[in-house]
Amino acid sequence: MKAITLLLLLLFPFPLYAEFPTGSEILKKIDENLVADQAESLTTMIVHGRAQSRTITSRAWIRGSDEAFVEYLSPAREAGKKMLKLGDKIWTYTPEPNDRIIAISGHLLRQSVMGSDLSYEDITENHRMLDLYDAVVEGEDNLDDRQCYVVKLSGKIRGLAYDSRKIWVDKQRFLPLKEERFAKSGKLLKTTRITEVFQIGERWYPKRMTFKDMLSKGKGTEYIIESIDFNVKIPEHRMTKAALRK
Amino acid sequence: MLIIKLAVRNILGAGLRTWLNVFILSLAFLTIVGVQGLLQGFNQQAMDAMIDMELGGGQFWHRRYDRYDPLSIENAHEKMPESLTRLIRKGEATAILMTSGAIFPEGRIQSVVLKGIDPAQTLLDIPSAILQTHGEGDIPALIGSRMAKEARLEKGEVVTLRWRDIFGTFDATEIVVAGIMSTSVQSVDSNQIWIPLDTLREMIQAPGQATLVVLSKNLRNIPPDDGVFVFRDLDFLLKDLTAFIKTKSAGSSILYVLLLFMSLLAVFDTQILSIFRRRKEMGTLMALGMPRTAIIGLFTLEGALHGVLALAMAAVYGVPLLALAAVKGIALPSMTESIGLAIADTVYPAYGAGLVLGTTFLILITVTIVSFLPTRRISRLKPTDALRGKFT
Repeated sequence: MKAITLLLLLLFPFPLYAEFPTGSEILKKIDENLVADQAESLTTMIVHGRAQSRTITSRAWIRGSDEAFVEYLSPAREAGKKMLKLGDKIWTYTPEPNDRIIAISGHLLRQSVMGSDLSYEDITENHRMLDLYDAVVEGEDNLDDRQCYVVKLSGKIRGLAYDSRKIWVDKQRFLPLKEERFAKSGKLLKTTRITEVFQIGERWYPKRMTFKDMLSKGKGTEYIIESIDFNVKIPEHRMTKAALRK
Repeated sequence: MLIIKLAVRNILGAGLRTWLNVFILSLAFLTIVGVQGLLQGFNQQAMDAMIDMELGGGQFWHRRYDRYDPLSIENAHEKMPESLTRLIRKGEATAILMTSGAIFPEGRIQSVVLKGIDPAQTLLDIPSAILQTHGEGDIPALIGSRMAKEARLEKGEVVTLRWRDIFGTFDATEIVVAGIMSTSVQSVDSNQIWIPLDTLREMIQAPGQATLVVLSKNLRNIPPDDGVFVFRDLDFLLKDLTAFIKTKSAGSSILYVLLLFMSLLAVFDTQILSIFRRRKEMGTLMALGMPRTAIIGLFTLEGALHGVLALAMAAVYGVPLLALAAVKGIALPSMTESIGLAIADTVYPAYGAGLVLGTTFLILITVTIVSFLPTRRISRLKPTDALRGKFT
């Protein structure tokens, strides 16, 4: 009986896979959860260094995939620092006594923010995955007692920071609970883990994430969304350079 | 002639007072020559090292390349014009491609500049052939001894390298330290990793491209700029070093002024004392018919002879000292490594003729002036007062 079942499975594997949604469908659902036209959030970032950890809180406003504004609230050393992203350019503002605005572009967008495992791009990212990657469902897995699709992503446009990614997507909530980001050579560069989620309206959204640069020995960076509002109306002046000094 | 004889007799007759003045003056002379010689030697050594290891006979830079802005290298590369590729084919130039990256020795992240160099080049003193002879497998890398120390890397060690291609996509692989070179030129050492040019071109997807082209030292006909690659001559490339030496020279001149001031003050005091004590002698000379100008000349000459004797004394004990320093060199403390210039472990002073003659001239002139100033009083001296030991 077992042999017959095995034979049937080998000969007719398609019906099994047909139960899986396509990669594009999964990405579309992830985008519906994660990508917002605009949002205002309060976040805490805990950077676990070799000797000690630093906690940084910030408030962020995001509009579309190209505009973001971040204001750091604590610790005192970082309070008042701001960051504005417009298109592929970022301006950072350091308050008095420096009172300086520095423009960041090009590869600097991929530099670490305040010694964390997150880059400026990671923090301000709001692109639709569907626009950036081709997705293939590789199988399924169980992660933290959640059933997940394992999806392989390959870049479909040039210039993406990561050539390929592998995500473990919660079958019910369509959140990538685990993600591996790879270099072109296939070397694992960064991992992210969503360890806590919450629901807001129709969306499922990460509450607590851990980013880890896999090439360095650091203990990773925790990113906690304290609150997020997708219905906020962001005023026009927020996304201007003038707002950095206000 | 009489004045000269008198002056020599008088100055030698002053005994210890003269020799103390002479010794202090000779010390000032030697210090100036020694310190300036050290700076000149350092300048020459640093210049030679930079030309041999890095600059060649000048460079063509991509128009967007700015050596003071490490971020500029991301966009500063392009295919070279035919005039430069022709020179490279003839062995009269070599191309260098740069990009930024990071290595992770023992899990620590360290930013580096990746430099691609033709392993077969012989134009620069960089032992790039090591990259050629390395076997299959991981990408061979050549690093300087400072870089090896900073990253705690040893020959044969494998380390992960991460970089981005020209489109911005991350890539990473292992590189193996194929060789560690010893160089005093920090700009080819600190945070620099040299790998084969073609390998780097492939890694960042920039076939045939370069950030800069180094010309041979012997190249006479420099091709014209094409708007993309701009020629930078050695004056431009060495201007940091020149400015550093100028600053150091200016800083040292404070020391020279102090030393000279002290020794000239001693000569001045000696002259004042000498004129005061020898009033009767001056009266006698005037009474015997010697004109005041001749007496002024005598005293000025006596003072000036301090300078001449100081030069002679400096030659006796100074020449062997300076020669020894020039041959053996002067070892510099390790803390000087981090100031960003091509500083060798040992600096060999260089004493040019201009330096020695210029300093000699300076000592003689200043001593003569300082000797003359107190003697102006003699012009107002009456022989009768002088004979009685009085000043008018």
